Amino acid sequence: MYEQLTAASLDALALARWQFGLTTLYHFIFVPLTIGMALLVAILQTAWVRTGKTKYLRLTKLFGKMFLINFAMGVVTGIVQEFQFGMNWSDYSRFVGDIFGAPLAMEGLIAFFFEATFIGLWIFGWDKLPKKIHLMTIWFVWIGTVLSAYFILAANAFMQNPVGFDINEERGRAELSSIGDVLLNPVAVTQFPHTIFASLMFAGAVIVAVAAWHLKRNQFVDEMHTALRFGAWTNILAFLGVGLTGHSLGMVMTETQPMKMAAAEALYTNASGADASFSVFSWGTPDGAHEIFSIRIPYLLSFLSTGTFDGSVEGIRNLQADYEAMYCGADSMLTCPSDGSFAPIIWITYWSFRWMIGLGAIAALVSAVGLWLTRKKEQLPAWTWRVAVWTAPLPMLASLVGWVFTEMGRQPWIVFGVMTTERGVSPGVPGWVVLTSLIVFTVLYGALAVVEFKLIVKAAKAGPPEIEVSDATDDGTGEPNPQQLATVY
Amino acid sequence: MELTTLWFLIVGVMLIGYFILDGFDFGVGISLPFLGRDDTDRRVIINTIGPVWDLNETWLIVAGASLFAAFPEWYATMFSGFYLALLLILVALILRGVSFEYRHQGKGRSWTRWFDQFIFWGSVLPPFLWGVAFANLAQGLPIVPADTGGWLYEGSLLTLLNPYGLLGGLAVLLIVWVHGLVFISLKTVGEMRDRARALATRVGVAAIVAGAAFLLWTILQHVGSETLWLIVLCSAVAAVGLIGAWVANLRGREGWAFTGNTVAIAFALLAIFMALFPNVMPSSIDPAYSMSIDGAASSQKTLELMTWVAIFTLPLVLAYQAWTYWVFRRRLTREMIPASAH
Repeated sequence: MYEQLTAASLDALALARWQFGLTTLYHFIFVPLTIGMALLVAILQTAWVRTGKTKYLRLTKLFGKMFLINFAMGVVTGIVQEFQFGMNWSDYSRFVGDIFGAPLAMEGLIAFFFEATFIGLWIFGWDKLPKKIHLMTIWFVWIGTVLSAYFILAANAFMQNPVGFDINEERGRAELSSIGDVLLNPVAVTQFPHTIFASLMFAGAVIVAVAAWHLKRNQFVDEMHTALRFGAWTNILAFLGVGLTGHSLGMVMTETQPMKMAAAEALYTNASGADASFSVFSWGTPDGAHEIFSIRIPYLLSFLSTGTFDGSVEGIRNLQADYEAMYCGADSMLTCPSDGSFAPIIWITYWSFRWMIGLGAIAALVSAVGLWLTRKKEQLPAWTWRVAVWTAPLPMLASLVGWVFTEMGRQPWIVFGVMTTERGVSPGVPGWVVLTSLIVFTVLYGALAVVEFKLIVKAAKAGPPEIEVSDATDDGTGEPNPQQLATVY
Repeated sequence: MELTTLWFLIVGVMLIGYFILDGFDFGVGISLPFLGRDDTDRRVIINTIGPVWDLNETWLIVAGASLFAAFPEWYATMFSGFYLALLLILVALILRGVSFEYRHQGKGRSWTRWFDQFIFWGSVLPPFLWGVAFANLAQGLPIVPADTGGWLYEGSLLTLLNPYGLLGGLAVLLIVWVHGLVFISLKTVGEMRDRARALATRVGVAAIVAGAAFLLWTILQHVGSETLWLIVLCSAVAAVGLIGAWVANLRGREGWAFTGNTVAIAFALLAIFMALFPNVMPSSIDPAYSMSIDGAASSQKTLELMTWVAIFTLPLVLAYQAWTYWVFRRRLTREMIPASAH
């Protein structure tokens, strides 16, 4: 049924993969900040409505503005995500669209409309809606972002661990058998809280950074002290959430994609108990034949993968042999990779897994130390504030390498055990066309990154806006005139 | 009715919703350099769509995702086939989308001018290219069944740029421009309102000519087709809407003019969908190669699921979107634009 892949189609394949990686990672710079910041802004605005203290309103306005600059990028880069399944991966789309399309459509109908409508009401409704209704709109925005995260993660989970489908031989495609199975995929159920907590870590770190920048300059001290502690607590609590959910995710992954877990540890042969050790760092020949140096923690890999200390973990070579027998038999064009390898690129999975954990841990550590140092409102040495500012991108980088691990670790599959990535690419799209779009997106996204970064930093440095209130009291409450809260483009 | 036919109509209605709603957003963006005499003017114009452009554009995303879910073959073949046209549309939508938010956040006039250019071109390109794409869809595309299953588009971007396709692009561009101008006059007061109305009268003539020529050509291309009477009927209603809108605008009845344009866009697109029926992608190489509604559709199970999702969500979506339009119903004045933006 399938002809041999030609050199030209391989070019298009490599380019399409680069484009997917580039545009998806770029999109995921903005998404976690949107998800996390929506909740934190909603909490700040709730604090204002409940207490009437103007400092909460000023913080809501400041972080709300940064949220909006970021939101715009998340929206426009998201359209590319939906379109490129059809543009670059048409054979994938036609083969699994019957299942994969449903969560995407549900995401649109249930989450995107909700989010897009209420964000408009929140931005422009300050002077047009009663205070509590207006507060409700930002909570709705957050609910929209979270729902959207669930549906798209359910779609992604189908690629990692396909469930709830049958193969229809006559139509030559996979078809839905149970939407319940698709939506309650164990990978989705564990990936979802992991992603939400990671998003909160990033948003928390951004708030800490903005607060530290101002505190270093001794300005807006009252507001920024509150913001700093709010952001740092968010960061630490979210880190605990990320760790716990990450552990369940690791166990689900060992069960559903053992090759990915083996690749995360660069474990070439089966190991159990004390031998299933976790290397914090290692240096060896690329094929894993000789290890030159490593720092190892015994039993830890066993615990990460199975939750017990005497579990056994399968190795890459053992799995390769199993998969060859399973997926490269007769009539297996969709499941047998042309180079015969079922392992992802080991150095990428090995190091992305470690960087993900390490970067997140550093960010949480900085927050913990920061909370201790700022328990009184005292001025600290300048370098401590600088550390807090430069910690902000770490949770974002952790999220990004986490996705590199998740998606590169899935290779060579586009849908695990069902279809290889090379079979999913659009057969009719020439390499130069994909190259054109890759160049266009690289240039456009690069330029927009500079603009967006400048604007966010500018908004952050401007600090919380002045808000005049009538009947101001000593404890900082008072009623602002809604007119000055009005927002226009 | 078969579920496949129902979903053909639902996707059609979503696309109609997109062209009506984002249509006036595009028209507003195109009008920016024509009606905005100073920065306050331009901000009034942009703020007419400020709270709603994002939800309007979401109709495209939802229509696209619904197409993916209900007609994977159609989605896969059309999106990979229209590759470069879609790339241009994406670039335009990205630049336009960020510009609303970013144009006033930088320093200096040249910053703002750059983003105004993005808003203008980001509003011109998408309706034109969608027009080209949908005209070509109705006319038939060089598609053949692929040996790996599914269909293969054998043309390029240049295949789409034929006279009929270009006329379709021009007609859509002019119609959404008028639609946007009428929307501006509906949402503003005083001089801006008058200028928008006057320009709508002039552009309206061109829109009527291009629209009528396109619909007439569409009818002539489908003489002998079983759905010809439906194409003629929809085209006639669209023409009445377009001309009615022009007359209403001339008499200063903005609400009626807006309704007329809405009817025109809805029925012009319906005419295209009737021209497709019972196919979703007719083949220009051999009618036997055409992709039918049934051939493109998902399984019965997926369509049933999607039907339930649509039944529960769409009424709610329409309700809260209508509420948004109600909240922001007031006309904008220059006085409402503060010296500095948020």
